[in-house]
Amino acid sequence: MAKAIRYALPVVGLLMLASGAYLGLVWVPAERDMGDVARIMYVHVPAVWMMLLASLLNFGASLWYLFRASWKVDALAEAGAEISLLFGVIGVLLGAIWAKPTWGVYWNWDPRLTSVTIMLVTYAGYMALRRFVEDPERRARWSAVAGVFLAANSVLVWYSVKWFNSLHQTQSSPKTTYPELVLTLRWNSFAFLFIAIWFIWLRYDLAMQTRRSEVAPPEPPPAAAGSPA
Amino acid sequence: MTAPAPAPVRPGLLRSALVILQKDLLIEWRSRARINALVFFALSTMLLFSFALGPDTRLLGRSAGGYLWLAIMFSSVLALGESFRVESENAALDGLRLLPVDARAIFLGKAAGNAVLLLILAAVLVPVTLAVYDVRALLGLPRLLGVLVLGCLAISAPGTVYAAIASQSRARDVLLPLLLFPILIPALIACSKAATLVLHGDAMNELESWTGLLIGFNVAYWSLGLLLFPNVIED
Repeated sequence: MAKAIRYALPVVGLLMLASGAYLGLVWVPAERDMGDVARIMYVHVPAVWMMLLASLLNFGASLWYLFRASWKVDALAEAGAEISLLFGVIGVLLGAIWAKPTWGVYWNWDPRLTSVTIMLVTYAGYMALRRFVEDPERRARWSAVAGVFLAANSVLVWYSVKWFNSLHQTQSSPKTTYPELVLTLRWNSFAFLFIAIWFIWLRYDLAMQTRRSEVAPPEPPPAAAGSPA
Repeated sequence: MTAPAPAPVRPGLLRSALVILQKDLLIEWRSRARINALVFFALSTMLLFSFALGPDTRLLGRSAGGYLWLAIMFSSVLALGESFRVESENAALDGLRLLPVDARAIFLGKAAGNAVLLLILAAVLVPVTLAVYDVRALLGLPRLLGVLVLGCLAISAPGTVYAAIASQSRARDVLLPLLLFPILIPALIACSKAATLVLHGDAMNELESWTGLLIGFNVAYWSLGLLLFPNVIED
């Protein structure tokens, strides 16, 4: 069953992504104020949502590890961090591409954009921490602590639109936008979701395999030549 | 028959923390090596900023609050790293752990010690900043002191946790700033902005928001540090 889902995820996700590209680039009418430039929103917004989802996974797993340590939970935390970093970088790059024609610059110090970048740098530090600690048990425990510290950062990202004045568009609700936009955005979001889950699954497997090889008892030395066995 | 000896009283959390704080400050006072190194490092950093950003004194004056906090932040990496290096000699940290001392008391004591050290550094740097960048504390020195206290506490809490982690892993000199700086960015923004407002005036009453952010930062990270420090130093 798990295997079936594991193979279905990328297929469904990629199919939805391809059809979502058609929806976003061709089917949906151009946005009233921003014109065709707004079409990048249909991939930028899902990418950022996946980043936040994966970071939530990392936070949950880090917290869970502190209460009940297990390799699986640690592997989930590692997968969450790396996938969050991946989608975050994609989201920021797509946002920069959108920003150039809209704001005139690739980058400005808009609070939400700045907070996301801080979060990505923090995750890079988290990954570095995991690389620099060799003992698996210590690595898991310290990463869990770092993950919880990171969560304070993540909160700041999501609420920064509400706490500061910002150039970033405030969150729209489906009630204020027209239905084609909502459908396209939702379609693409689910496409990204399936792909993100697939990536996390793959990364989790990789982490578990690495853990097994680290924790495995050393192999017995080969029998000396001439001995009976 | 003699009376049974009274049961040993286990020291409370704050008492243990105070003892650890006194120990660290005493060690520091005896050699004063760390504070000397910090002061000269911070002064050099501020000189570097001045040379890098040119002789325009008005520009330097406008950015004085930022330079002050950058100098303190860079110096904090040295201070925090040293605070745990001292424990790795003679397996002193193991000795601390084996005592009936709560790991949280070690956190409180060490973090307070680091905050005190950074505050002394900041106090030395303030007259230098005022002189070199030609600024006055327009909103008064007490407000500046308040910002300094909040900022040093803010650096110290997550810094102590990460210094404990970094001191026990490979590449400790690289790992500490890499982990700490992104976490400190909100505090740096708030401290720099608040310091700049105190130095240059606060026409739009923003100081309260920035100090509010600093207080929130401190509450969050001191609580988290207190809760999570045992995970960092216990085996």
